[in-house]
Amino acid sequence: MDFVSENADLFVDAFLATLGLSLLAGLLALVLGTLLAAMRVSPVPPLRGLATFYVETFRNTPLTVVFFFLIFGLPQIDFVIGFFSGAVLSVGLYTAAFVCEAVRSGINAVAAGQAEAARALGLTFGQSLREVVLPQAFRTVVPPLGNVLIAMVKNTSIAAGFSVSELSSLLPRLVNADAGDLTLVLVGVVVGYMVITLPSALAVNRIERRVAILR
Amino acid sequence: MRITRYAATLGAAGLVLAGCASEAGQQAEQAASEAPEVAQDAEFPAGTTMAELAEAGTITVGTKFDQPGFGLANPQGVPEGFDVEVAKIVAGELGIAPEDIEWTETVSANRESFIQNGDVDIVVATYTINDARKQLIDFAGPYYVAGQDIMVATGNPLAIEGPDDLAGKRVCSVEGSTPAQNIRDNYPEAQLTLFDVYSKCADALRNGQVDAVTTDNVILTGLVQGGQGAFELVGNPFTEEPYGIGLAKGDDEFRAFVNDTLEQAFEDGTWAAAWDRTAGAITGTEAPEPPMVDRY
Repeated sequence: MDFVSENADLFVDAFLATLGLSLLAGLLALVLGTLLAAMRVSPVPPLRGLATFYVETFRNTPLTVVFFFLIFGLPQIDFVIGFFSGAVLSVGLYTAAFVCEAVRSGINAVAAGQAEAARALGLTFGQSLREVVLPQAFRTVVPPLGNVLIAMVKNTSIAAGFSVSELSSLLPRLVNADAGDLTLVLVGVVVGYMVITLPSALAVNRIERRVAILR
Repeated sequence: MRITRYAATLGAAGLVLAGCASEAGQQAEQAASEAPEVAQDAEFPAGTTMAELAEAGTITVGTKFDQPGFGLANPQGVPEGFDVEVAKIVAGELGIAPEDIEWTETVSANRESFIQNGDVDIVVATYTINDARKQLIDFAGPYYVAGQDIMVATGNPLAIEGPDDLAGKRVCSVEGSTPAQNIRDNYPEAQLTLFDVYSKCADALRNGQVDAVTTDNVILTGLVQGGQGAFELVGNPFTEEPYGIGLAKGDDEFRAFVNDTLEQAFEDGTWAAAWDRTAGAITGTEAPEPPMVDRY
């Protein structure tokens, strides 16, 4: 028990770092991912091409490489960002590609008649997307979006290798200090992640039931 | 009989090849003469770890694969360096030839568990002896005493001469390392930046994202070497890190044996020779005074 009380501050700080990183990156991923999805279904070919290029680039690149590029690559062209903001950007930009594809699958699931009816009423493309298509699309993609975001929370652990003192960075630190406490450290780190992911999963289930479309 | 004849022919051909005055031949000959001696008639009391290993004719050694001068895997995947040579000296005393040693990569975070689980027989991996680790495993040695030092960009633009100058500076090290903990405990005004490997610290220093890198001088020496003139060492070690050979807890006979072997190597010069052709060749320094073996 000494071990837990001695290192409580460390665990709290690391947990907050993981939580902050997850919230900021998640927000960035949701906003950017939705924008990208809108671009991919838009009638403007260059926008479609750009979004497709983005998605394929980030979806097919290991996250560690994205980190390397933002943290060590950009400074080579004199564009230095902080380590924490670099981590938020890396995880957010990477996850946006997956959010985009989840949202796009939702858009495709909305019956074509809905969009046609919206256009027939005189709504512009943007209006029909905002008012008619996206609200229905989001309702159908709650479970896959939940998956993407929970995976993202776990992906934030890569930031430990890039100078962000988040939960999994406690493993090497505390284990090196005293390898006898390995099990306790592991349990602490796992609990830390679960405190974030389990309620997220529950929230996803609840939202899913509440917004489900009765067909 | 036929097999013997083939073997003899092969052996003769080998001699002819070795006799060639080519450079490669000379190097091979030199390497052969430098390789630590392998005891021919090693006899140990039955039931001891030494007897078991000598009987098996092989030993599993944990070492680092990414530490220039101490344990760095060559392109064939075989580690080379001072730690590796020390392990060969110990194996040689058991009657095990260098090619019969099985090398396993150990990193800082898994050394204790590898020894405890019996995955390795000994660990020679820039392994600092300390009391917390002695709770779990035992140490023979030390066979070398390193010290924490500081690496800065060439020309030392911020005039960092020692750890006290690190206050307010961005200092890089590896999460979970003893040097990082030392900075946290004793120089809290330094701003620590922690990566998982030292090569990232070197990248960050090159990019100007940190002002200095700190860890054991032997590790920094390897980075300076790899930096091709971008970095320099402050050269003012401010801690003592005795490197020991990790082995299973409670195996006192084996520990005494390894200690005896080390002391013998200190005396007869094989230890110094090992230094000269590994770490010493990189740093260009003479072998230091051998440390006192700590028989606790």
